[in-house]
Amino acid sequence: MEVKEKQLPEYSSKDFSSDQDVRWCPGCGDYTILKQVQNLMPDIGVAKEDIVFVAGIGCSSRFPYYMDTYGIHSIHGRAPAVATGLKIARPELSVWVITGDGDSLSIGGNHLIHALRRNVDLNILLFNNEIYGLTKGQYSPTSPEGMVTKSTPFGSLDHPFNPAALAIGADAGFFARAMDRDPKHMRSIMERAHKHKGTSLVEIYQNCIVFNDGAFESYTDKKLRDDTSIYLEQGEPLIFGKESQFGIRLDGHKPEVVSLSGGFSKDDLWIHDETDHFKAYILSRFFDNNSIEGGFPRPFGVFYDVQKPTYEDQLHSQMNMAVEIRGEGDLDALLAGSETWVVK
Amino acid sequence: MDTKIFEKDDVTIRFAGDSGDGMQLTGSQFTNTTALAGNDLSTLPDFPAEIRAPAGTVAGVSGFQIHFGSKQIYTPGDACDVLVVMNAAALKANLKTLKAGGIIIANVDGFGKRDLSLAKYGPEDDPLKDIQTSGYTLIQLDVTKLTRASLKESGLPPKDVDRCKNMFVLGIIYWLFSRDMDSTVSFIEKKFAKKPEIAAANIKALKDGYTYGNATQLFSERYAVQPAKIEPGTYRNITGNEATVLGVAAATKKSGLNTFFGSYPITPASDILHGLSKLKHYGIKTFQAEDEISAITSAIGASFGGNLALTSSSGAGIALKTEAISLAVILELPLVIINVQRAGPSTGMPTKTEQSDLLQAMYGRAGEAPLVVLAPQSPSDCFDMIYEACRITVEHMIPVFFLSDGYIANGAEPWRFPTTESLRSITKTFAKPREATEEPFLPYLRDDKLVRPWAIPGTPGLEHRVGGLEKQDKTGNISYDPDNHHHMTMVREGKKNVVAENIPLQQIDEGEESGKLLVVGWGSTFGSIKAAVRELASEGHSVSNTHLRYLNPFPKNFGSMLERFDKILVPEINNGQLIKVLRDQFPNINFDGYNRVRGVPFTVSELKDAISQKLND
Repeated sequence: MEVKEKQLPEYSSKDFSSDQDVRWCPGCGDYTILKQVQNLMPDIGVAKEDIVFVAGIGCSSRFPYYMDTYGIHSIHGRAPAVATGLKIARPELSVWVITGDGDSLSIGGNHLIHALRRNVDLNILLFNNEIYGLTKGQYSPTSPEGMVTKSTPFGSLDHPFNPAALAIGADAGFFARAMDRDPKHMRSIMERAHKHKGTSLVEIYQNCIVFNDGAFESYTDKKLRDDTSIYLEQGEPLIFGKESQFGIRLDGHKPEVVSLSGGFSKDDLWIHDETDHFKAYILSRFFDNNSIEGGFPRPFGVFYDVQKPTYEDQLHSQMNMAVEIRGEGDLDALLAGSETWVVK
Repeated sequence: MDTKIFEKDDVTIRFAGDSGDGMQLTGSQFTNTTALAGNDLSTLPDFPAEIRAPAGTVAGVSGFQIHFGSKQIYTPGDACDVLVVMNAAALKANLKTLKAGGIIIANVDGFGKRDLSLAKYGPEDDPLKDIQTSGYTLIQLDVTKLTRASLKESGLPPKDVDRCKNMFVLGIIYWLFSRDMDSTVSFIEKKFAKKPEIAAANIKALKDGYTYGNATQLFSERYAVQPAKIEPGTYRNITGNEATVLGVAAATKKSGLNTFFGSYPITPASDILHGLSKLKHYGIKTFQAEDEISAITSAIGASFGGNLALTSSSGAGIALKTEAISLAVILELPLVIINVQRAGPSTGMPTKTEQSDLLQAMYGRAGEAPLVVLAPQSPSDCFDMIYEACRITVEHMIPVFFLSDGYIANGAEPWRFPTTESLRSITKTFAKPREATEEPFLPYLRDDKLVRPWAIPGTPGLEHRVGGLEKQDKTGNISYDPDNHHHMTMVREGKKNVVAENIPLQQIDEGEESGKLLVVGWGSTFGSIKAAVRELASEGHSVSNTHLRYLNPFPKNFGSMLERFDKILVPEINNGQLIKVLRDQFPNINFDGYNRVRGVPFTVSELKDAISQKLND
């Protein structure tokens, strides 16, 4: 579909703020994400009437009401499907999906994986707080095993989903991780998601101050975070630690944490390559419980970013091809079909 | 020797064989030829749910019935005059459909020891002998042997030769009914264009079958059915699902909208997805979703984006879409929901027909969620009613249910198809862009028909949010205000009722405008009810019938029509659903039901009995 170049007005982040009062709990991580999205929107080069935010149900899914763009607050888990239909109907729009861990990985898990495999050009922001907030504190599909919640007084028996592995497993073209406590990095990741044509899944660690406060403390606490997290940069070696003293090395296909003071140099390390599907899969397995020492650090940044043909582009080129081959549909010919007879 | 030809007013033939015997193809070819000969007709395929049930068993029998005549034909026929059976199981499953004294054409090769055992006949049974002594006319042929003889020089492997058996039989039937073979010959040439040797074999088998009918002394008479006196015009043959596809294409064209069709495969609705997926050059996008919920929610997304959006399924799948339907109701976006009903509950009998999702369509949602319900009454009426569904949904910004069923979806009839120009216009415009200096846009501000604007993304100045939470009137902002919720509930109901101003008035189909008994039907029972009432009225009984195609809201004059009759009978292929709605809306009128839930259409004779009984009560 041909897109005309629009003359865009000078937007500020305020232009993207609706007149509705924001009603998340004070201190909720959602505020930071909203602010960064509103802050990013003027810079993506899209007219505000061409932007649509689609959400499901949950705390995060109230998000569209606060954006002064087009928006749909749909039903639980279905945002990727609603957005898929919209994007297929209107490929020129910039379509963003706002979802939570319950919304997209529990009730809507099916739609998420199918959107990823189809590669519809959607930007999916998954607010992961490892808890059900809007229903007031039940465990979610990303809650760790053993977690005591309102519905698991003896501890959760569910093994949590690993969203990165799920996305890579579904052949997503783009997966990245960010966190609410690092807004600048998050903004840059969201910008990358926008630039990626195809389904982009951004998992955002988001603190639920009421029902699961501190769930990601090991990655946000100043004393801990350097040893538990690693920031991925394209073409750079995988290095982490307060004094950048650790690195990740690949021994064949097996990753290992090595000390840079213990005989290994930067040249021995794994160089991050966002276009390497195998490495992305290994990275997605860095999912250790970081309250236990000695595991792999949790990666943040872009795991994988490879452009593939999008579903909607392929569908529209099929439609164009059909017109080329068969000509513009002739309704009268269609109604008559191949065999008719005349009654006099 | 020429066999004497007898004229017949109408004839019903049933082709039955193993699902691998090609009976549906045989039936549909006979149908096309019959239509081209100018007869009125109605057909009913009857196939097993399994793709390939064990060969030779009763479960694997596939049938196709056609009723055609020189008079007007409204049903596929209660019972058949001619029954073609390719094996013992087909006989066992279908003998009950044969009229007393009817003709059976049996492929004796399908009656060997093993065939009899597979069909669960006892070791001592000789069913062919039994029917000879029961007053039927039995024509026995060894179709396998005859076909092999016909094609012995084709050079084809035996497997391919045997697959031409159905064409040999069709040739005999063409001879028996004095039919022309040209249309089937050209069909075969087209179908096997890439395999000319297969095409040649099929055509040879067909022609040899015809010659065999002529040469053999098996038949003492043959038949001719003159063209029917039907409305002049150009006709084609059409099934309900095909007509639904064409109706969507027509609505796409006339509305000037792009169309999005989200669906998940399910019997008996899948053919609509297949048909529409071929129409990409008509501006129709089809999306086979990962599940029923995605099928409908993707359609809602497309509707928000300004497409004419539809989704299709059958009852069990509709149940999965329920939450999304209520979302479409509160969003007040256009959406057509196609339900090709089948026998339920749960998986029920997927290939069998039923009218048991009316209450699901009317009421099966959380909260007060009124929408429009339409139902086609015949295969060709699927075109008119899906077109109406598309027209109403965009003109009124309200979801519309389209309740077809397995019987009319797969059944076929001749159709005097319309021209594009003759179709009613569909009027819809999107909301216009606004300048920043203008008043803020109000997405739930209504016109005099209570319709809100269709404001689509890409339109400057109309940025707004919609959602499943209750809205404040006019602004569409979230509202928990008690009075507002009451008001919005009433508005949504009222908005649905306004649709009655934009649909045709209810008509009496057969009989007088007032009288002793009115038979009220809806959906696929039209043909049987009309035929039964017509026969009884012509016999002098005071009986009329009216058929509802608009079920929610009812046409404005429907209540006053009901009052002009002493008694009202409501036949339905369910346990009494329309009757509940009628009793609710017309509490002072007495309604009686006639309900059979057997997975098959009503026969004319059972309806005549039921109506006569009511007349005599």
